[in-house]
Amino acid sequence: MAVPEPSPGDARSQGMTLQQRRVVWAWVFMSPVLLALLAVALWPLVTTFLASLTDASISGGDGRLVGLSNFLHQGATGWGGVLASHEWWRSVGNTALFTLVTVGAETIIGMLLALVLNSRLRGSRPLRAAVLIPWAIPTVVSSEIWTWMLQQQGGILNLLMLDAHLIRQPIDWLSDPSLMLPAVMMVDIWKTTPFMALLILAGLQTIPRDVYEAARIDGVGPLKTFFRVTLPLVWPAVLVAVIFRMLDALRVFDLIYVMTGAVPQTETMAVYIQSHLVGFGEIGYASAASVVMFLIMALLLVAIIWSGHKRLLGESR
Amino acid sequence: MKANHVVAIGAAIVLGATLGFGRASHAAGKTVSIACGSEGATNYNLCVKASKQWAQQTGNQVKFITTPASSSERLALYGQWMAAHADIDVLMTDVFYPGVLEKGLVDLRPYLEEDETELFPAYLKINTLDGKLLAVPWFAAVGVMYYRKDLLQKYHLDPPQTWADLEKDAKLVQTEERAAGNRNFWGYVWQGKAYEGLTCNAVEWLASYGAGSVVALDGKVTVDNPRAIAALTMAKSWVGKISPRGVLSSEEPQTLQVFYAGNALFLRSWPYVWSVAQAPDSPLAGKVGIVPIPKGPGAEGEHTGAIGGWSLAVSKYGKHRKDAIDLVKYLTSSEVQRMRFLEGALMPTRMALYEDQAVLAKEPAMKIFYDAILSASPRPSAQTGAKYNRVSSVLYTGLHQMLLGESDPQATVASIAAKLDELSDNGKDW
Repeated sequence: MAVPEPSPGDARSQGMTLQQRRVVWAWVFMSPVLLALLAVALWPLVTTFLASLTDASISGGDGRLVGLSNFLHQGATGWGGVLASHEWWRSVGNTALFTLVTVGAETIIGMLLALVLNSRLRGSRPLRAAVLIPWAIPTVVSSEIWTWMLQQQGGILNLLMLDAHLIRQPIDWLSDPSLMLPAVMMVDIWKTTPFMALLILAGLQTIPRDVYEAARIDGVGPLKTFFRVTLPLVWPAVLVAVIFRMLDALRVFDLIYVMTGAVPQTETMAVYIQSHLVGFGEIGYASAASVVMFLIMALLLVAIIWSGHKRLLGESR
Repeated sequence: MKANHVVAIGAAIVLGATLGFGRASHAAGKTVSIACGSEGATNYNLCVKASKQWAQQTGNQVKFITTPASSSERLALYGQWMAAHADIDVLMTDVFYPGVLEKGLVDLRPYLEEDETELFPAYLKINTLDGKLLAVPWFAAVGVMYYRKDLLQKYHLDPPQTWADLEKDAKLVQTEERAAGNRNFWGYVWQGKAYEGLTCNAVEWLASYGAGSVVALDGKVTVDNPRAIAALTMAKSWVGKISPRGVLSSEEPQTLQVFYAGNALFLRSWPYVWSVAQAPDSPLAGKVGIVPIPKGPGAEGEHTGAIGGWSLAVSKYGKHRKDAIDLVKYLTSSEVQRMRFLEGALMPTRMALYEDQAVLAKEPAMKIFYDAILSASPRPSAQTGAKYNRVSSVLYTGLHQMLLGESDPQATVASIAAKLDELSDNGKDW
């Protein structure tokens, strides 16, 4: 690319130092991306925030400005608004539990899987491709498949377990209140562990072999090698993978929408917002809930990056 | 705006061409746009077929707009169109849409005078608000009870008249069939997942017990009454006894699967099941019977199925209102409805067709559907209008929790009533 190389004479004539000119050009070159970001990220965010201040609704609300009352207001029968909604906080709780369990399990299983794939076993290449299959199936499709497989009557999972004499009675995965959330979590773990494994595998492959050689020469055992060599070196990759997965898990929607619908046992933030937005047509209220969800996720992300940043910097120095 | 027009015309031409309307000259007709379902559905295919016939006869063109398959998502999309005053002429509407879309729909009464007496009154009623007919009934659906004719004969039983009969038969046949080796056999399957289908089932339970329609026509919340509690106590007692717990995560396809596989004696569903069960390659061909939804005990008990089905409405924001109304009249005409029944088993909304020779030749059991539609119960959509989706959600979520075993019927109706009262300022503001 022909970047005009500023000559000292030029700079002096325009009253700019080399450094200043570089800054200007940097902004010029970055501007297309910044504009695109403004259009696709900031614009929806701003409109959602503006909508959250109105009483807009699908059935012909006129979108009057109502201030913060979608968030919190004192009505005749007590507090109202998203922040006072028992159902909202219950779905926040469900989301938190869902995220904690699925991301935790996916990280551990994904790490194990990555270690297996990284070892130079015969057939690990086709295995790598095969592992990705759950991730490659669109979530709605795999949720629908799992819904059928988990059916109490005629679901293949129950049939197999009955045949193997593992259970006496078919398990009603999706209609036993205590099993609904675990069943959904199980499917999510099945689906996204490959993603986790692949990201960690990429991290593992950047670790130079000679580190392991050195460890072997020093007579370090395999467990100690893992905890003292592999884990610290792959940690940045794991952290990135965890952040990705966490953001994904916090806005989980399709899986739950398909498998159970919006029921108290499994309703998450995104499902709650969708049923208010699409189901009930409450654009204002649903936007307010979206803003709260955005703030929760943003705060969490800042906290993680902030705490992880120090460690990342510490290692690279 | 000019550029916009060019794009729109370009899109119309491309769309028209792909749909086979790419005639040499576009000069003659106007382009009427219609949203009649989602790609691939029988209803949609037959809509395309009939609309093309209309286009040919009138020299107009028809533009098809596909919409989401889920009814609530379709309604949300319509809502957005209305808000944006989108130029779309004809909309296919579910039974609870008119209340939500009221402001954006054309009153079709002036154009349909002579037709009205030929349509089922129940359908006209759900489509009429403040004396305005907002949509013309297009095809019907009603909850009915399917049973295994062969099994009832085997145990010398008659088709059930009351819920008590159904429970008794279900228990007996279930016990016997399981003893005979079919360990997965159940008495009765129905739709119990937390979704609109559970609302339909519940409307039937309540109406068949004479327990009202959740919200009375004057807007008052009536769900908290002793007969409703009795009806729900009955439904709750089925779970795990004559109905597998799995019904609580079942929609129509899952319940049909259990019935189709020969693992259930009774199935509550919609008319389409009949043609599926009677198909020549069906394992149930000739083994299935059909009765109205059973009634509850006492003098208040009645046979009544939930009403479903779709209508056609004309948007106020479409540019070709006259042609749109003409298209609606054509699509809901006797000939087209007959064609749609013969080719796609879509139930007509014109009463005369239930005695039509061609229709009866294809389906002798039309009388049962006719009676079921005449005695059907609407969901409380007319009285709750734009808030109907909320009402239905409160209802099915509450009932689902009760059926799961998380609450008892008394507490359930009380909490549903409290939520509905809060939603409507004690029934005064729907």
